[in-house]
Amino acid sequence: MNANAVYLRTPLRRLAALLHRRSGLMLAVLLGPPLIWMCVIYLGSLLALLWQGFHGFDDFSMSVMPTLTLDNYAKIFEEGNFDIVLRTLAMACAVTIAAAVIAFPIAYYMARYAGPRTKAFFYIGVMLPMWASYIVKAYSWSVILAKGGIIFWLVTKLHLLWLLDAVLALPYVGGSTLSTSHLGRFLVFTYLWLPFMVLPIHAALERVPPNLVQASMDLGARPQQTFRHVIWPLAFPGVVAGSIFTFSLTLGDFIIPTLIGPSGLFIGTYVYVQQGAVGNIPMAAAFTMVPIVLIAIYLAIAKRLGAFDAL
Amino acid sequence: MSFAVEFQEVSRHFGKVRAVDGVSLAIAEGEFFSMLGPSGSGKTTCLRLIAGFEQPTSGAIRIHGVEAAGIPPFLRDVNTVFQDYALFPHMNVFENVAYGLMVKGVGRNERVARSREALAMVDLGDYGARRPAQLSGGQRQRVALARALVNRPRVLLLDEPLGALDLKLREQMQGELKALQRKLGITFVYVTHDQGEALSMSDRVAVFNQGRIEQVDTPRGLYMRPATPFVARFVGTSNVFTGAAAAQFGGPGVTAFSLRPEHVRLHRQPSGLAGNSRLLPVRVLGVQYHGASSRIELQLADNVRLVANVSNDEGHGESLPEVGDELFATWSSEAMVALREIPA
Repeated sequence: MNANAVYLRTPLRRLAALLHRRSGLMLAVLLGPPLIWMCVIYLGSLLALLWQGFHGFDDFSMSVMPTLTLDNYAKIFEEGNFDIVLRTLAMACAVTIAAAVIAFPIAYYMARYAGPRTKAFFYIGVMLPMWASYIVKAYSWSVILAKGGIIFWLVTKLHLLWLLDAVLALPYVGGSTLSTSHLGRFLVFTYLWLPFMVLPIHAALERVPPNLVQASMDLGARPQQTFRHVIWPLAFPGVVAGSIFTFSLTLGDFIIPTLIGPSGLFIGTYVYVQQGAVGNIPMAAAFTMVPIVLIAIYLAIAKRLGAFDAL
Repeated sequence: MSFAVEFQEVSRHFGKVRAVDGVSLAIAEGEFFSMLGPSGSGKTTCLRLIAGFEQPTSGAIRIHGVEAAGIPPFLRDVNTVFQDYALFPHMNVFENVAYGLMVKGVGRNERVARSREALAMVDLGDYGARRPAQLSGGQRQRVALARALVNRPRVLLLDEPLGALDLKLREQMQGELKALQRKLGITFVYVTHDQGEALSMSDRVAVFNQGRIEQVDTPRGLYMRPATPFVARFVGTSNVFTGAAAAQFGGPGVTAFSLRPEHVRLHRQPSGLAGNSRLLPVRVLGVQYHGASSRIELQLADNVRLVANVSNDEGHGESLPEVGDELFATWSSEAMVALREIPA
C-alpha cells in the first residue's frame, strides 16, 4: 500500500481530499448555508413583506383581501400618515447627530490616547448598558424623567426649575414633563443607541495609522487642519456605519415612543397598531417599507459625500 | 560654519528605557549626515526629536541656531520621509504632494506649479491622478520624497526610506538620493541600519549603540579607523581582539585592536616575510566563495578565531585553501587599529 492509500483510509480523509481537489465544491459547501439563510430568511421575508403591502384590506370585515392595490403605499403620503414619517425621521436625524457628536470624542480618545487598561475600561463602559435588558432601561428612564423623578429633584435643588420649564415650553421639543416630551424621548434614544455609534467610529479610527497624523503635522498642518483633511475623511466611513445603526434603530423602534414622550405615533408604533390592534397587515407591511427606503436614500447621500472612498 | 542641527547632551527616556542617552552632535548645513545603528539604538528617536514628534527629557536641540524646545512639528522648517511613506490613502498622488502647500495656504497656481515640478523631479510627472495604493513600493517612495521636498525644507529627515525596497531598486535610489541632495544643496539627515548604504551616500556618519554615539566620522574614517569594538564590528566586518588575545597577537601593551579581513595575508610556507610582521600558524575552519573574493575562517592558537578575505584574482580561485589546511597568517602593524574600550 502506498502512502497515499494509507492516508485515504478513512472516509473523512477521502472527503477532505476531495474538497481539497475541487475548490469549487469547497466554496459551495462553505458558502451555501449562509447564502441560503441570507436569501430565503432575510431577503425572502422582506420580499414577502413588500408583496403583502400590495394586498387590500376591508375595513368592515377587518380582513385582508386577495386583491392587489397600490392604496397602502399611497396612504403613506396622506397627511396624518406622512406626519408620522416626518416625526420619526426628524427624531432619527436628531438622535444620529447627537450620538455622533457625543461618540466621536470618546472613540477618538479610545483609539488614540487610551492605554490598554483605560481602553478596556472604556470598552466595558460603552458596552455594559447594552448587556442590560432594553425594557428595563426604557422603564427606568421613564421614572428618571418623570415629574418627581431624579432629574426634577436635581433641577429643583439647583433652583433651575425655571430653566427646565422654559425648555419644556419650547414648541416641538417640549411637553408637560420631561417624560412626556420629545426632548425626553430624544434623550432616551440617544442613550440607548450611543454604543452603536461609538464602536464603529472607534474601529475606523483604530485603522488610521498614527504616522499619517505625524506626516500631516510634519508637512505643516495645524491640528485642526490635520483633523479636517486626514482624520475626519478616514473616520467618516465609521461615522456612516454608526449612523446607519442609530438611524435605523430609531426609525423602527416602537417601545420607547410608547413609554416616553408625547402621544403622537411613530413609524414603529403605527406598524404595531396596524398589525396588532387593527389587523391591517398590508398597511403595516407598506409602512415597514418606509424605513428601508429612507435608509437607502441616506446611504445614497453618504456615498455621494464620499463616505466609502476611504474604504 | 553654521550648523543645521545641533544636539547638546540630549537624552530621551521612556520610563526606565534610555532611548537616547546624552547625545551631542553637530550637522553642518548642506551635509549628507547618516545615523547608523542597529534597531533600538536610538537613531530613529533622534530623528523624531529633530522633527518634533518627541521632546528631549534633557539637553538642548537647535535647528539653524534656533532652540527647538516647544516648537511643534508643524512650525519646524524640516520635513520627513517616513519609513513606510505615510502617504494619505484617501488622496491621489498630486493631492499628497500638494498637501504641505495647501495647509500653508499657498495660492492655487503656485501650488499646482510647484507640485508638478516636484513630481517631475522624481520622474512621476504622469502619476498625479493615481491613488497611492495603485503604485509600486519604489513609486510610493518617490511620492513621499516629492511630498517632502515640495515644501523646500532646509533639512530633510529620512527614516530608513529605502528599507522596504528590493536590493536592485535600493541601489538605484541610493544614487538618485545622493544626486538629488547634491543638486538641491539641502541638509539630509538619513537614518539607516544598513552600513553599506550609510557608507556609500554620506558625508559623515554617526554610529549609534544603545542610545549613545560611538563615533562620528567620514565613511572612510569609520572604516579605516574604527574607534570602538562595536564600530569595528558593525561597519564592515572586522577581527576584533580584546584582552589577553590583543596582547598575544597585537604585541605587548595592546588592549584592543581591530583588523580588517582583507588585511590578513595567508602563506602556505613560512617564507616571504615583510619586515615588521610576524607569521602565525593557523588552521582553516571554513571557506566561503563570494565571487570576487573568498572568506576564509581560520583558527589561531588558543582557539582564537580569525577571518581573512582573499581576492580571487589571477588564478587564486583555483588555489583556495581547503578546510583543515595548516597555513601561516600575517598582517602589517599598520593594519591594526587600536580601539577604545567602552566601559560597559
